[in-house]
Amino acid sequence: MNRFDTKVQYLKYRVLREVARLAWKDKLYDKMLDIPAMIVPGKTPTMRCCVYKERAILNERVKLAMGGDKSNHNVIEVIDIACDDCPSGGYEVTSACRGCLAHRCEAACKKGAITFDHNQKAHIDKSKCIECGMCSKVCPYSAIINLKRPCENSCKVKAITMSEDMCAQIDNEKCINCGACVYQCPFGAISDKSYILDVIDLIKKSNKNKKYKVYAIVAPSIAGQFKDVSLGQVVSAIKELGFYSVIEVALGADMVANKESLELAEKGFLTSSCCPAFVKYVEQQFPDLAKHVSSNLSPMAMLAQYIKNMESNCKVVFIGPCTAKKAEYRKKEIHKLVDSVITFEELQALIDSKDIDMSALEEGHLDNASYYGRIFARSGGLTDAVRQALKENGKESFPFNPIVCDGIEQCKIALLRKSKNLLPNNFIEGMACVDGCIGGAGCLTHGVKNKSEVDVYGKEALEKNIHDAIGYLGLTDKN
Amino acid sequence: MAKITVCIGSSCHLKGSRKVVEELQYLVKTNKLDDDVELGGAFCMGKCGAEGVSVTVNDKYYAVDPAKVTEFFDDVVVKAVNEEKKA
Repeated sequence: MNRFDTKVQYLKYRVLREVARLAWKDKLYDKMLDIPAMIVPGKTPTMRCCVYKERAILNERVKLAMGGDKSNHNVIEVIDIACDDCPSGGYEVTSACRGCLAHRCEAACKKGAITFDHNQKAHIDKSKCIECGMCSKVCPYSAIINLKRPCENSCKVKAITMSEDMCAQIDNEKCINCGACVYQCPFGAISDKSYILDVIDLIKKSNKNKKYKVYAIVAPSIAGQFKDVSLGQVVSAIKELGFYSVIEVALGADMVANKESLELAEKGFLTSSCCPAFVKYVEQQFPDLAKHVSSNLSPMAMLAQYIKNMESNCKVVFIGPCTAKKAEYRKKEIHKLVDSVITFEELQALIDSKDIDMSALEEGHLDNASYYGRIFARSGGLTDAVRQALKENGKESFPFNPIVCDGIEQCKIALLRKSKNLLPNNFIEGMACVDGCIGGAGCLTHGVKNKSEVDVYGKEALEKNIHDAIGYLGLTDKN
Repeated sequence: MAKITVCIGSSCHLKGSRKVVEELQYLVKTNKLDDDVELGGAFCMGKCGAEGVSVTVNDKYYAVDPAKVTEFFDDVVVKAVNEEKKA
Protein backbone atom coordinates (compact mmCIF):
# COMPACT_ATOMS: atom_id res chain seq x y z
CA MET A 1 0.00 0.00 0.00
CA ASN A 2 1.24 3.50 -0.77
CA ARG A 3 2.38 5.09 2.41
CA PHE A 4 2.58 8.58 0.92
CA ASP A 5 0.35 10.67 -1.31
CA THR A 6 3.13 11.77 -3.63
CA LYS A 7 6.59 10.85 -4.89
CA VAL A 8 7.88 14.14 -3.53
CA GLN A 9 7.01 12.98 -0.02
CA TYR A 10 8.70 9.67 -0.72
CA LEU A 11 11.88 11.39 -1.87
CA LYS A 12 11.91 13.60 1.20
CA TYR A 13 11.35 10.53 3.35
CA ARG A 14 14.29 8.71 1.80
CA VAL A 15 16.60 11.61 2.56
CA LEU A 16 15.32 11.86 6.12
CA ARG A 17 15.71 8.12 6.59
CA GLU A 18 19.31 8.09 5.38
CA VAL A 19 20.23 11.12 7.45
CA ALA A 20 18.68 9.48 10.51
CA ARG A 21 20.31 6.13 9.80
CA LEU A 22 23.75 7.74 9.78
CA ALA A 23 22.97 9.91 12.79
CA TRP A 24 22.07 6.92 14.98
CA LYS A 25 25.47 5.45 14.12
CA ASP A 26 27.34 8.74 14.66
CA LYS A 27 28.47 8.64 11.07
CA LEU A 28 26.51 11.52 9.62
CA TYR A 29 29.35 14.00 9.34
CA ASP A 30 31.62 11.44 7.64
CA LYS A 31 29.05 10.21 5.17
CA MET A 32 26.47 12.91 4.55
CA LEU A 33 28.05 13.89 1.24
CA ASP A 34 27.44 10.35 -0.01
CA ILE A 35 23.68 10.47 0.56
CA PRO A 36 22.73 12.05 -2.80
CA ALA A 37 24.59 9.39 -4.79
CA MET A 38 23.07 6.70 -2.60
CA ILE A 39 19.60 7.87 -3.54
CA VAL A 40 20.42 8.65 -7.19
CA PRO A 41 23.05 6.12 -8.22
CA GLY A 42 24.39 5.68 -11.75
CA LYS A 43 24.32 8.14 -14.59
CA THR A 44 20.73 8.06 -15.78
CA PRO A 45 18.56 10.84 -14.44
CA THR A 46 15.09 9.89 -13.19
CA MET A 47 13.74 13.25 -12.08
CA ARG A 48 15.63 16.15 -13.63
CA CYS A 49 17.84 16.98 -16.60
CA CYS A 50 20.88 15.13 -15.27
CA VAL A 51 22.01 13.22 -12.20
CA TYR A 52 24.23 16.11 -11.16
CA LYS A 53 21.32 18.45 -10.75
CA GLU A 54 19.38 15.71 -8.98
CA ARG A 55 22.24 15.24 -6.56
CA ALA A 56 22.71 18.95 -6.06
CA ILE A 57 19.05 19.23 -5.08
CA LEU A 58 19.36 16.18 -2.85
CA ASN A 59 22.22 17.92 -1.09
CA GLU A 60 19.84 20.74 -0.30
CA ARG A 61 17.34 18.22 1.00
CA VAL A 62 20.02 16.73 3.23
CA LYS A 63 20.66 20.23 4.56
CA LEU A 64 16.95 20.66 5.30
CA ALA A 65 16.85 17.28 7.00
CA MET A 66 19.66 18.56 9.21
CA GLY A 67 17.83 21.70 10.27
CA GLY A 68 18.10 23.85 7.15
CA ASP A 69 19.41 27.39 6.77
CA LYS A 70 20.10 28.71 10.27
CA SER A 71 20.08 32.31 9.07
CA ASN A 72 16.47 32.00 7.91
CA HIS A 73 14.13 31.91 10.88
CA ASN A 74 11.22 30.54 8.85
CA VAL A 75 10.73 26.78 9.25
CA ILE A 76 9.54 26.68 5.63
CA GLU A 77 12.21 27.12 3.01
CA VAL A 78 12.48 27.29 -0.78
CA ILE A 79 15.11 25.10 -2.42
CA ASP A 80 16.04 27.57 -5.16
CA ILE A 81 17.59 25.09 -7.55
CA ALA A 82 14.64 22.70 -7.22
CA CYS A 83 12.11 25.34 -8.24
CA ASP A 84 11.08 24.58 -11.81
CA ASP A 85 10.17 28.22 -12.46
CA CYS A 86 6.65 27.15 -13.42
CA PRO A 87 4.79 29.34 -15.88
CA SER A 88 2.61 31.84 -14.13
CA GLY A 89 1.00 33.75 -16.92
CA GLY A 90 -2.48 33.85 -15.48
CA TYR A 91 -5.44 33.15 -17.81
CA GLU A 92 -4.50 31.82 -21.22
CA VAL A 93 -6.39 30.40 -24.17
CA THR A 94 -5.22 26.90 -25.04
CA SER A 95 -5.33 24.94 -28.27
CA ALA A 96 -8.66 23.50 -27.11
CA CYS A 97 -10.27 26.75 -28.33
CA ARG A 98 -12.40 25.67 -31.30
CA GLY A 99 -13.02 29.09 -32.71
CA CYS A 100 -16.75 28.78 -32.02
CA LEU A 101 -19.44 31.25 -32.94
CA ALA A 102 -20.95 31.89 -29.54
CA HIS A 103 -18.01 33.87 -28.12
CA ARG A 104 -19.28 33.51 -24.59
CA CYS A 105 -15.79 34.44 -23.40
CA GLU A 106 -16.04 37.80 -25.09
CA ALA A 107 -19.45 38.47 -23.58
CA ALA A 108 -18.29 37.45 -20.10
CA CYS A 109 -15.24 39.72 -20.17
CA LYS A 110 -16.14 43.06 -18.63
CA LYS A 111 -12.80 44.55 -19.59
CA GLY A 112 -12.89 43.89 -23.30
CA ALA A 113 -9.69 41.88 -23.07
CA ILE A 114 -10.76 39.16 -25.49
CA THR A 115 -10.19 39.45 -29.21
CA PHE A 116 -10.38 36.91 -32.04
CA ASP A 117 -8.01 36.07 -34.86
CA HIS A 118 -8.97 35.20 -38.43
CA ASN A 119 -9.75 31.62 -37.31
CA GLN A 120 -12.17 32.94 -34.71
CA LYS A 121 -9.85 31.72 -31.98
CA ALA A 122 -9.79 33.77 -28.80
CA HIS A 123 -6.82 35.74 -27.46
CA ILE A 124 -6.46 37.55 -24.16
CA ASP A 125 -4.98 41.02 -24.06
CA LYS A 126 -2.86 40.84 -20.92
CA SER A 127 -2.79 44.61 -20.52
CA LYS A 128 -6.55 44.61 -20.04
CA CYS A 129 -7.10 41.27 -18.24
CA ILE A 130 -7.78 41.52 -14.50
CA GLU A 131 -7.64 37.76 -13.92
CA CYS A 132 -11.28 37.55 -12.88
CA GLY A 133 -11.65 34.15 -14.54
CA MET A 134 -15.12 34.74 -15.98
CA CYS A 135 -14.05 33.76 -19.52
CA SER A 136 -12.67 30.49 -18.20
CA LYS A 137 -15.91 29.70 -16.40
CA VAL A 138 -18.16 30.20 -19.42
CA CYS A 139 -16.10 28.43 -22.11
CA PRO A 140 -17.97 25.23 -23.06
CA TYR A 141 -14.67 23.58 -24.06
CA SER A 142 -12.78 24.55 -20.90
CA ALA A 143 -10.28 26.02 -23.33
CA ILE A 144 -9.20 28.88 -21.06
CA ILE A 145 -6.98 27.89 -18.19
CA ASN A 146 -5.38 29.70 -15.31
CA LEU A 147 -1.66 29.24 -15.32
CA LYS A 148 -1.03 29.89 -11.68
CA ARG A 149 1.87 28.35 -9.87
CA PRO A 150 0.80 25.55 -7.53
CA CYS A 151 2.76 27.16 -4.69
CA GLU A 152 1.12 30.55 -5.16
CA ASN A 153 -2.23 28.89 -5.59
CA SER A 154 -1.85 26.90 -2.38
CA CYS A 155 -0.74 29.92 -0.38
CA LYS A 156 -4.00 31.55 0.63
CA VAL A 157 -2.21 34.19 2.68
CA LYS A 158 -0.35 35.34 -0.44
CA ALA A 159 3.10 34.95 1.04
CA ILE A 160 4.56 33.43 -2.12
CA THR A 161 5.68 35.57 -5.02
CA MET A 162 8.15 35.20 -7.83
CA SER A 163 11.68 36.53 -7.58
CA GLU A 164 13.35 38.30 -10.52
CA ASP A 165 14.87 35.03 -11.66
CA MET A 166 11.40 33.40 -11.65
CA CYS A 167 12.07 31.35 -8.51
CA ALA A 168 9.42 31.12 -5.80
CA GLN A 169 10.13 33.24 -2.76
CA ILE A 170 8.42 33.37 0.61
CA ASP A 171 7.59 36.59 2.40
CA ASN A 172 8.40 35.60 5.97
CA GLU A 173 6.28 38.44 7.32
CA LYS A 174 3.18 36.96 5.71
CA CYS A 175 3.96 33.23 5.94
CA ILE A 176 2.03 31.39 8.65
CA ASN A 177 4.13 28.20 8.35
CA CYS A 178 1.08 26.09 7.48
CA GLY A 179 3.06 24.12 4.90
CA ALA A 180 0.37 24.13 2.20
CA CYS A 181 3.03 25.00 -0.39
CA VAL A 182 5.28 22.23 0.91
CA TYR A 183 2.58 19.69 0.20
CA GLN A 184 1.46 21.27 -3.07
CA CYS A 185 4.70 22.02 -4.93
CA PRO A 186 4.92 19.27 -7.56
CA PHE A 187 8.72 19.57 -7.64
CA GLY A 188 9.25 19.46 -3.92
CA ALA A 189 10.98 22.82 -4.12
CA ILE A 190 9.54 24.07 -0.85
CA SER A 191 10.16 22.09 2.27
CA ASP A 192 9.89 22.26 6.03
CA LYS A 193 13.07 22.13 8.06
CA SER A 194 13.53 18.99 10.02
CA TYR A 195 14.61 18.64 13.61
CA ILE A 196 15.02 14.87 13.60
CA LEU A 197 18.68 15.25 14.51
CA ASP A 198 17.69 17.07 17.71
CA VAL A 199 15.33 14.23 18.52
CA ILE A 200 17.95 11.55 17.87
CA ASP A 201 20.35 13.52 20.03
CA LEU A 202 17.81 13.83 22.86
CA ILE A 203 17.20 10.10 22.77
CA LYS A 204 20.88 9.18 22.64
CA LYS A 205 21.92 11.49 25.43
CA SER A 206 19.13 10.23 27.67
CA ASN A 207 21.21 7.10 28.16
CA LYS A 208 18.20 4.84 27.62
CA ASN A 209 15.96 7.22 29.58
CA LYS A 210 18.12 6.89 32.68
CA LYS A 211 19.58 10.38 32.62
CA TYR A 212 16.21 11.92 31.79
CA LYS A 213 13.05 10.54 30.27
CA VAL A 214 12.05 11.42 26.72
CA TYR A 215 8.29 11.51 26.24
CA ALA A 216 6.65 11.37 22.82
CA ILE A 217 3.37 13.24 22.70
CA VAL A 218 1.29 12.32 19.70
CA ALA A 219 -1.41 14.36 17.97
CA PRO A 220 -4.83 12.72 17.52
CA SER A 221 -4.59 13.08 13.75
CA ILE A 222 -2.32 10.02 13.87
CA ALA A 223 -5.46 7.88 13.63
CA GLY A 224 -5.47 6.45 10.13
CA GLN A 225 -2.01 7.73 9.19
CA PHE A 226 -0.17 4.44 9.25
CA LYS A 227 -2.24 2.34 6.92
CA ASP A 228 -0.81 -1.16 7.13
CA VAL A 229 -0.33 -1.38 10.89
CA SER A 230 -2.46 -0.65 13.93
CA LEU A 231 -2.10 2.47 16.03
CA GLY A 232 -0.99 0.27 18.92
CA GLN A 233 1.91 -0.99 16.82
CA VAL A 234 2.91 2.57 15.93
CA VAL A 235 2.98 3.34 19.66
CA SER A 236 5.24 0.33 20.22
CA ALA A 237 7.47 1.47 17.36
CA ILE A 238 7.83 4.92 18.94
CA LYS A 239 8.98 3.24 22.13
CA GLU A 240 11.38 1.07 20.15
CA LEU A 241 12.96 4.27 18.87
CA GLY A 242 13.97 4.97 22.43
CA PHE A 243 11.16 7.12 23.78
CA TYR A 244 10.28 6.37 27.38
CA SER A 245 6.54 6.61 26.93
CA VAL A 246 3.91 7.78 24.46
CA ILE A 247 1.07 10.08 25.52
CA GLU A 248 -1.81 11.39 23.46
CA VAL A 249 -2.01 15.13 22.90
CA ALA A 250 -5.79 14.70 22.86
CA LEU A 251 -5.48 14.83 26.68
CA GLY A 252 -4.04 18.32 26.26
CA ALA A 253 -6.99 19.05 23.98
CA ASP A 254 -9.39 18.01 26.75
CA MET A 255 -7.60 20.42 29.09
CA VAL A 256 -7.84 23.18 26.48
CA ALA A 257 -11.54 22.60 25.77
CA ASN A 258 -12.30 22.77 29.47
CA LYS A 259 -10.44 26.04 30.00
CA GLU A 260 -11.61 27.52 26.73
CA SER A 261 -15.26 27.04 27.65
CA LEU A 262 -14.75 28.92 30.91
CA GLU A 263 -12.80 31.70 29.24
CA LEU A 264 -15.47 32.02 26.57
CA ALA A 265 -18.28 32.21 29.12
CA GLU A 266 -16.34 34.91 30.96
CA LYS A 267 -15.28 37.04 27.99
CA GLY A 268 -18.28 36.53 25.72
CA PHE A 269 -16.20 36.32 22.55
CA LEU A 270 -13.18 34.20 21.74
CA THR A 271 -11.22 32.61 18.96
CA SER A 272 -9.44 29.31 19.42
CA SER A 273 -5.68 29.25 19.94
CA CYS A 274 -4.92 25.62 19.09
CA CYS A 275 -3.71 26.16 15.54
CA PRO A 276 -0.42 28.07 15.52
CA ALA A 277 -0.84 29.04 11.87
CA PHE A 278 -4.23 30.60 12.62
CA VAL A 279 -2.86 32.44 15.65
CA LYS A 280 0.03 33.80 13.60
CA TYR A 281 -2.39 34.87 10.88
CA VAL A 282 -4.49 36.83 13.37
CA GLU A 283 -1.39 38.47 14.84
CA GLN A 284 -0.06 39.44 11.42
CA GLN A 285 -3.18 40.39 9.54
CA PHE A 286 -5.70 41.34 12.24
CA PRO A 287 -3.60 42.66 15.14
CA ASP A 288 -6.63 44.43 16.62
CA LEU A 289 -8.34 41.07 17.05
CA ALA A 290 -5.34 39.38 18.72
CA LYS A 291 -6.78 40.22 22.12
CA HIS A 292 -9.69 37.89 21.36
CA VAL A 293 -7.47 34.86 20.77
CA SER A 294 -7.86 32.46 23.66
CA SER A 295 -5.10 32.82 26.23
CA ASN A 296 -4.83 29.05 26.44
CA LEU A 297 -1.74 27.22 25.38
CA SER A 298 -2.18 24.86 22.45
CA PRO A 299 -3.00 21.23 23.34
CA MET A 300 0.63 20.33 22.59
CA ALA A 301 2.03 22.94 24.97
CA MET A 302 -0.68 22.34 27.56
CA LEU A 303 0.11 18.64 27.80
CA ALA A 304 3.86 19.28 27.76
CA GLN A 305 3.41 21.73 30.63
CA TYR A 306 1.47 19.13 32.61
CA ILE A 307 4.16 16.51 32.04
CA LYS A 308 6.95 18.90 33.00
CA ASN A 309 5.12 20.00 36.13
CA MET A 310 4.96 16.36 37.07
CA GLU A 311 8.56 15.68 36.21
CA SER A 312 10.76 18.69 35.62
CA ASN A 313 13.81 16.81 34.42
CA CYS A 314 12.30 15.27 31.32
CA LYS A 315 12.15 15.99 27.60
CA VAL A 316 9.02 16.21 25.47
CA VAL A 317 8.86 15.67 21.73
CA PHE A 318 5.66 16.42 19.81
CA ILE A 319 4.81 14.19 16.87
CA GLY A 320 2.10 15.56 14.64
CA PRO A 321 0.81 16.55 11.21
CA CYS A 322 1.91 20.15 11.41
CA THR A 323 4.75 22.28 10.10
CA ALA A 324 3.49 25.36 11.97
CA LYS A 325 4.03 23.49 15.23
CA LYS A 326 7.72 23.62 14.40
CA ALA A 327 7.51 27.40 14.44
CA GLU A 328 5.40 27.31 17.61
CA TYR A 329 7.85 25.27 19.66
CA ARG A 330 10.73 27.50 18.65
CA LYS A 331 9.13 30.41 20.47
CA LYS A 332 11.03 30.95 23.71
CA GLU A 333 8.12 30.41 26.07
CA ILE A 334 6.99 27.22 24.34
CA HIS A 335 10.49 25.81 23.94
CA LYS A 336 10.68 25.52 27.73
CA LEU A 337 7.81 23.05 27.51
CA VAL A 338 8.35 21.30 24.17
CA ASP A 339 11.89 20.22 23.32
CA SER A 340 11.33 19.31 19.70
CA VAL A 341 8.69 18.74 17.03
CA ILE A 342 8.58 16.22 14.21
CA THR A 343 5.90 15.30 11.67
CA PHE A 344 4.34 11.94 10.85
CA GLU A 345 6.47 11.90 7.69
CA GLU A 346 9.54 12.24 9.85
CA LEU A 347 8.30 9.64 12.31
CA GLN A 348 7.98 7.15 9.46
CA ALA A 349 11.56 7.95 8.40
CA LEU A 350 12.86 7.54 11.95
CA ILE A 351 11.10 4.21 12.42
CA ASP A 352 12.51 2.90 9.15
CA SER A 353 15.96 4.30 9.87
CA LYS A 354 16.15 1.78 12.69
CA ASP A 355 14.66 -0.98 10.53
CA ILE A 356 11.80 -1.47 12.93
CA ASP A 357 9.20 -3.82 11.50
CA MET A 358 6.02 -2.32 12.88
CA SER A 359 3.83 -5.20 11.72
CA ALA A 360 5.81 -7.57 13.95
CA LEU A 361 5.38 -5.48 17.08
CA GLU A 362 2.92 -6.07 19.88
CA GLU A 363 0.09 -3.63 20.46
CA GLY A 364 1.01 -0.69 22.62
CA HIS A 365 -1.55 1.52 24.30
CA LEU A 366 -2.50 5.13 23.75
CA ASP A 367 -5.37 6.09 26.00
CA ASN A 368 -5.85 9.06 28.28
CA ALA A 369 -8.12 11.49 26.54
CA SER A 370 -11.86 11.62 25.99
CA TYR A 371 -13.75 11.36 22.74
CA TYR A 372 -13.83 15.15 22.60
CA GLY A 373 -10.10 15.62 22.98
CA ARG A 374 -9.49 13.20 20.17
CA ILE A 375 -11.83 14.79 17.63
CA PHE A 376 -9.80 18.02 17.80
CA ALA A 377 -7.94 16.49 14.87
CA ARG A 378 -10.71 17.32 12.44
CA SER A 379 -12.50 20.50 11.54
CA GLY A 380 -15.45 21.09 13.87
CA GLY A 381 -14.07 18.87 16.62
CA LEU A 382 -12.82 21.71 18.76
CA THR A 383 -16.21 23.38 18.60
CA ASP A 384 -17.95 20.16 19.61
CA ALA A 385 -15.54 19.86 22.53
CA VAL A 386 -16.08 23.44 23.72
CA ARG A 387 -19.85 22.92 23.51
CA GLN A 388 -19.50 19.79 25.62
CA ALA A 389 -17.19 21.54 28.11
CA LEU A 390 -19.70 24.37 28.52
CA LYS A 391 -22.26 21.72 29.42
CA GLU A 392 -19.97 19.88 31.80
CA ASN A 393 -19.01 23.15 33.48
CA GLY A 394 -22.66 24.09 34.04
CA LYS A 395 -22.50 26.96 31.57
CA GLU A 396 -25.33 25.69 29.39
CA SER A 397 -27.07 29.02 29.59
CA PHE A 398 -24.23 30.64 27.67
CA PRO A 399 -25.61 31.35 24.17
CA PHE A 400 -22.88 29.45 22.33
CA ASN A 401 -22.86 30.51 18.70
CA PRO A 402 -19.73 29.15 17.06
CA ILE A 403 -18.44 29.44 13.53
CA VAL A 404 -16.26 26.61 12.30
CA CYS A 405 -13.62 27.94 9.91
CA ASP A 406 -12.27 25.11 7.83
CA GLY A 407 -9.08 26.40 6.23
CA ILE A 408 -7.42 29.80 6.34
CA GLU A 409 -9.67 31.29 3.66
CA GLN A 410 -12.74 30.73 5.82
CA CYS A 411 -10.79 32.08 8.80
CA LYS A 412 -10.05 35.22 6.84
CA ILE A 413 -13.71 35.83 6.04
CA ALA A 414 -14.80 35.38 9.65
CA LEU A 415 -11.99 37.63 10.93
CA LEU A 416 -12.81 40.29 8.35
CA ARG A 417 -16.44 40.27 9.43
CA LYS A 418 -15.45 40.40 13.08
CA SER A 419 -13.14 43.35 12.41
CA LYS A 420 -16.12 45.20 10.94
CA ASN A 421 -18.43 44.09 13.75
CA LEU A 422 -20.50 42.08 11.28
CA LEU A 423 -19.94 38.63 12.75
CA PRO A 424 -22.98 37.24 14.54
CA ASN A 425 -20.98 34.43 16.17
CA ASN A 426 -19.24 34.51 19.53
CA PHE A 427 -16.66 31.80 18.98
CA ILE A 428 -14.31 31.29 16.02
CA GLU A 429 -12.77 27.88 15.54
CA GLY A 430 -9.79 28.73 13.37
CA MET A 431 -7.94 25.97 11.56
CA ALA A 432 -5.48 26.95 8.84
CA CYS A 433 -5.60 23.61 7.05
CA VAL A 434 -8.70 22.48 5.18
CA ASP A 435 -10.30 19.57 7.11
CA GLY A 436 -8.36 20.61 10.21
CA CYS A 437 -5.18 18.93 11.45
CA ILE A 438 -5.78 15.83 9.33
CA GLY A 439 -5.15 18.14 6.36
CA GLY A 440 -1.75 19.11 7.77
CA ALA A 441 1.29 19.23 5.52
CA GLY A 442 3.20 16.74 7.68
CA CYS A 443 0.61 13.99 7.26
CA LEU A 444 1.65 10.89 5.35
CA THR A 445 -1.68 10.71 3.58
CA HIS A 446 -4.63 13.02 3.10
CA GLY A 447 -7.35 10.54 2.25
CA VAL A 448 -11.06 11.12 2.39
CA LYS A 449 -11.35 8.40 5.04
CA ASN A 450 -9.06 10.15 7.51
CA LYS A 451 -11.94 12.11 9.00
CA SER A 452 -13.95 9.03 9.80
CA GLU A 453 -10.83 7.35 11.17
CA VAL A 454 -10.52 10.20 13.66
CA ASP A 455 -14.13 9.75 14.71
CA VAL A 456 -13.62 6.01 15.15
CA TYR A 457 -10.49 6.71 17.22
CA GLY A 458 -12.53 9.18 19.26
CA LYS A 459 -15.22 6.64 19.99
CA GLU A 460 -12.63 4.10 21.12
CA ALA A 461 -11.58 6.37 23.98
CA LEU A 462 -12.20 4.88 27.41
CA GLU A 463 -13.36 8.24 28.73
CA LYS A 464 -16.50 9.61 27.18
CA ASN A 465 -16.57 13.03 28.83
CA ILE A 466 -13.97 15.75 29.17
CA HIS A 467 -14.17 15.88 32.97
CA ASP A 468 -13.74 12.10 33.14
CA ALA A 469 -10.45 12.46 31.31
CA ILE A 470 -9.08 15.42 33.25
CA GLY A 471 -11.12 15.65 36.45
CA TYR A 472 -8.96 13.32 38.47
CA LEU A 473 -5.79 15.04 37.33
CA GLY A 474 -6.66 17.96 39.56
CA LEU A 475 -7.31 20.17 36.59
CA THR A 476 -11.00 20.77 36.57
CA ASP A 477 -11.62 24.32 37.56
CA LYS A 478 -15.30 24.99 38.10
CA ASN A 479 -15.05 28.53 39.45
CA MET B 1 4.75 12.87 54.59
CA ALA B 2 4.07 9.68 52.64
CA LYS B 3 4.45 10.13 48.92
CA ILE B 4 2.02 8.15 46.77
CA THR B 5 2.48 8.20 43.03
CA VAL B 6 -0.11 6.65 40.75
CA CYS B 7 0.70 5.80 37.15
CA ILE B 8 -1.71 7.51 34.76
CA GLY B 9 0.04 6.39 31.57
CA SER B 10 -2.01 4.76 28.82
CA SER B 11 -1.77 1.14 30.00
CA CYS B 12 -2.60 1.95 33.60
CA HIS B 13 -5.33 4.32 32.51
CA LEU B 14 -6.95 1.45 30.65
CA LYS B 15 -6.54 -0.76 33.72
CA GLY B 16 -8.39 1.77 35.84
CA SER B 17 -5.95 4.32 37.21
CA ARG B 18 -8.67 6.97 37.26
CA LYS B 19 -10.62 4.86 39.75
CA VAL B 20 -7.50 4.34 41.86
CA VAL B 21 -6.72 8.07 41.92
CA GLU B 22 -10.30 9.11 42.66
CA GLU B 23 -10.68 6.60 45.47
CA LEU B 24 -7.34 7.49 46.99
CA GLN B 25 -8.25 11.18 46.82
CA TYR B 26 -11.53 10.37 48.56
CA LEU B 27 -9.94 8.14 51.21
CA VAL B 28 -7.21 10.65 52.01
CA LYS B 29 -9.85 13.31 52.50
CA THR B 30 -12.29 11.26 54.59
CA ASN B 31 -9.45 9.97 56.77
CA LYS B 32 -8.19 13.53 57.18
CA LEU B 33 -4.74 12.62 55.95
CA ASP B 34 -4.33 15.62 53.65
CA ASP B 35 -1.30 16.79 55.58
CA ASP B 36 0.24 13.34 55.80
CA VAL B 37 -0.09 12.14 52.24
CA GLU B 38 1.18 13.69 49.05
CA LEU B 39 -0.66 12.28 46.06
CA GLY B 40 0.96 12.58 42.67
CA GLY B 41 0.93 11.10 39.23
CA ALA B 42 3.41 9.75 36.72
CA PHE B 43 3.24 8.81 33.08
CA CYS B 44 4.43 5.21 32.98
CA MET B 45 6.51 3.34 35.51
CA GLY B 46 7.78 0.84 33.03
CA LYS B 47 5.57 -2.01 34.30
CA CYS B 48 2.85 -1.94 31.69
CA GLY B 49 2.60 -5.73 31.79
CA ALA B 50 1.75 -5.86 35.49
CA GLU B 51 -1.72 -6.94 36.59
CA GLY B 52 -3.09 -3.85 38.21
CA VAL B 53 -2.33 -0.17 38.27
CA SER B 54 1.24 0.80 39.09
CA VAL B 55 1.51 2.73 42.34
CA THR B 56 4.51 3.65 44.45
CA VAL B 57 4.37 4.51 48.13
CA ASN B 58 7.58 6.20 49.24
CA ASP B 59 9.21 4.75 46.14
CA LYS B 60 8.15 1.18 46.92
CA TYR B 61 6.27 -0.39 44.02
CA TYR B 62 2.78 -1.94 44.17
CA ALA B 63 0.40 -3.19 41.48
CA VAL B 64 -3.03 -2.17 42.70
CA ASP B 65 -6.30 -3.81 41.71
CA PRO B 66 -8.79 -0.95 41.09
CA ALA B 67 -11.46 -3.04 42.83
CA LYS B 68 -9.39 -3.24 46.01
CA VAL B 69 -8.24 0.32 46.58
CA THR B 70 -9.67 0.48 50.11
CA GLU B 71 -7.70 -2.60 51.15
CA PHE B 72 -4.57 -1.12 49.61
CA PHE B 73 -5.19 2.14 51.42
CA ASP B 74 -5.64 0.43 54.80
CA ASP B 75 -2.81 -2.07 54.38
CA VAL B 76 -0.18 0.07 52.76
CA VAL B 77 -0.92 3.78 52.84
CA VAL B 78 -2.14 4.06 56.41
CA LYS B 79 0.74 1.88 57.54
CA ALA B 80 3.26 4.06 55.73
CA VAL B 81 1.76 7.17 57.30
CA ASN B 82 1.89 5.65 60.79
CA GLU B 83 5.47 4.55 60.33
CA GLU B 84 6.45 8.03 59.27
CA LYS B 85 4.70 9.52 62.27
CA LYS B 86 6.63 7.18 64.57
CA ALA B 87 9.88 8.15 62.97
